[in-house]
Amino acid sequence: MEREACSSAFSKMILEEAKKDRDITVVCTDSRGSAKLGAYPDELPEQFVEIGIAEQNAVTVSAGMSHMGKKVFVLGPASFYSTRSAEQVKVDVAYSNNNVAVIGISGGVSYGALGATHHSLQDIALMRAIPNLTVEIPSDAAQMRAVTAELLKAGRPAYIRIGRNPVPVLYGNEGDIHIGKANKWFDGHDAAVIACGQLVSRAVDAAGLLEKEGIHITVVDMHTIKPLDTEAVKSAAEECGCILTLEEHSIYGGLGGAVSEFLAQNNPVPMKICGIPDEDVPNGTDDEVFRYYRLDPEGIAGAVKDLIRKK
Amino acid sequence: MLNKEQIKKLEIQASEICEKTVELIYNGGGGHIGGDLSEVDIMVSLFNYMKHDPKNPKWSGRDYFILSKGHSSETYYTLLSEYGYIDKTLLGKYGTFGSVLGGHPNKKIPGVEANTGSLGHGLGLASGIALALKRDGMPNRVYVLTGDGELGEGSNWEAMMSAAKYRLDNLTWIVDRNFLQISGQTEEVMPFVNLKKKAEAFGFKTVEINGHDYGQIFSALDIREKGRPVCIIADTVKGKRLACAENRADWHHKTPTKEQVDQLKKDMDAYRKELA
Repeated sequence: MEREACSSAFSKMILEEAKKDRDITVVCTDSRGSAKLGAYPDELPEQFVEIGIAEQNAVTVSAGMSHMGKKVFVLGPASFYSTRSAEQVKVDVAYSNNNVAVIGISGGVSYGALGATHHSLQDIALMRAIPNLTVEIPSDAAQMRAVTAELLKAGRPAYIRIGRNPVPVLYGNEGDIHIGKANKWFDGHDAAVIACGQLVSRAVDAAGLLEKEGIHITVVDMHTIKPLDTEAVKSAAEECGCILTLEEHSIYGGLGGAVSEFLAQNNPVPMKICGIPDEDVPNGTDDEVFRYYRLDPEGIAGAVKDLIRKK
Repeated sequence: MLNKEQIKKLEIQASEICEKTVELIYNGGGGHIGGDLSEVDIMVSLFNYMKHDPKNPKWSGRDYFILSKGHSSETYYTLLSEYGYIDKTLLGKYGTFGSVLGGHPNKKIPGVEANTGSLGHGLGLASGIALALKRDGMPNRVYVLTGDGELGEGSNWEAMMSAAKYRLDNLTWIVDRNFLQISGQTEEVMPFVNLKKKAEAFGFKTVEINGHDYGQIFSALDIREKGRPVCIIADTVKGKRLACAENRADWHHKTPTKEQVDQLKKDMDAYRKELA
């Protein structure tokens, strides 16, 4: 299966766009390598800012530049931007309505064996509780390009979490991808899996496994966590009668939290929140961690079958 | 260089701003009065020194000002009102439900560039503004006023490094050095020993002045050094001009009594007569 990293897709795109628009500015915190920023800092030094290992200042300086009309993308590890500089995201970006896109790279458990210090498994819970902040987790490179294009067209305070590694290509083009609008896969009515990020492709694979057993599900790629596409959640609940959420995040406060908050108050149906439990995560690659927590296609298919029994 | 008449005029203006600030706090039922009054002379200087247009707060030729010590908002509001950025009647709603004039400044208020209140953000914001201006080849200057207790926040020191790295010689950072914070002496809470040397070492052209002396303030505001940001450490008196509050940490946030407000008015009247 063809693969492309969201970070590489972003880097290629932003370099081309920035050559055409001198207000585009990329800010890094000794993270240009891990962000796979490539030639950008050398080709456009006047549109690049290197702050060093200082995420708080990076976000605040970005906000100041945005105040002057710059279209700022600040990139660094999701773990640090969502926690160490959470206050700067809250105050200088969201509350101050500065159009800064905070791109949390190597999100979730994609740093693998580097461990808990580098994992970002609380970022969505934190970021989505901040008013006036769009929260995105693209599932593939095309989604990343589409989200970037929309932010360039109409800036807004945003937190975008992407993974470290190449992910399967799910979408041929960016045509039907919009911030705030979920992308639906299949039309099964036995269950719906609402997923985000790199677990969407595993949900799609799980749908294939279930199909062989005569179980037909819908997969909803909920790449925008905030504002949540509640219409898509409502339809999934009405059409399928049960919902399993799937995310590379703590089972507390993430996509599962967002979906269950809506369902509990509007369309209560049996639900299962699949993610990383509230514990110390074993060292290993993201793939190994997903298998361990049954977030691989086989595990997801099993969880869906368990959930259907509760309908 | 200011002449005697100019200095006298500024001192009279400051005495009036001081009175109105205290009145605002009294009517509003509270405010960060100590830091409000220590910054009056710095703020009056800036409003007289900076390029700005109250009729057109977003004028592209303006200098930029950020009150990083956002809790000292009442002096700021008083000046914004005196200069016509906001309607004087708005001051009567300070701190009330739904009022745009809360305890900390917000960009919704004409003339305010940044939402401040959480300490340690202003210097970084000012640096971002200054960097964008430099990159766009714009001549505007950026001024930021921090407290001294505020410097406990590490983000200030991160911002100092990046301001020096990017040679932000269009940036002037002023420290309202009143040596007091809510718990007591800054040097006991967390010592900032050799602040001047520290700022110098971080790359700022640094001067230490009397923050209530207009001649010294204006001379310091004139400082320009190619390739270096400027830091003005302005030694001040917390609660300046309100006799009962001067140099007292317990006046960090307090509401004066009617008698204290009246006494200030008498004192300021006498002060102005003496100046005349």
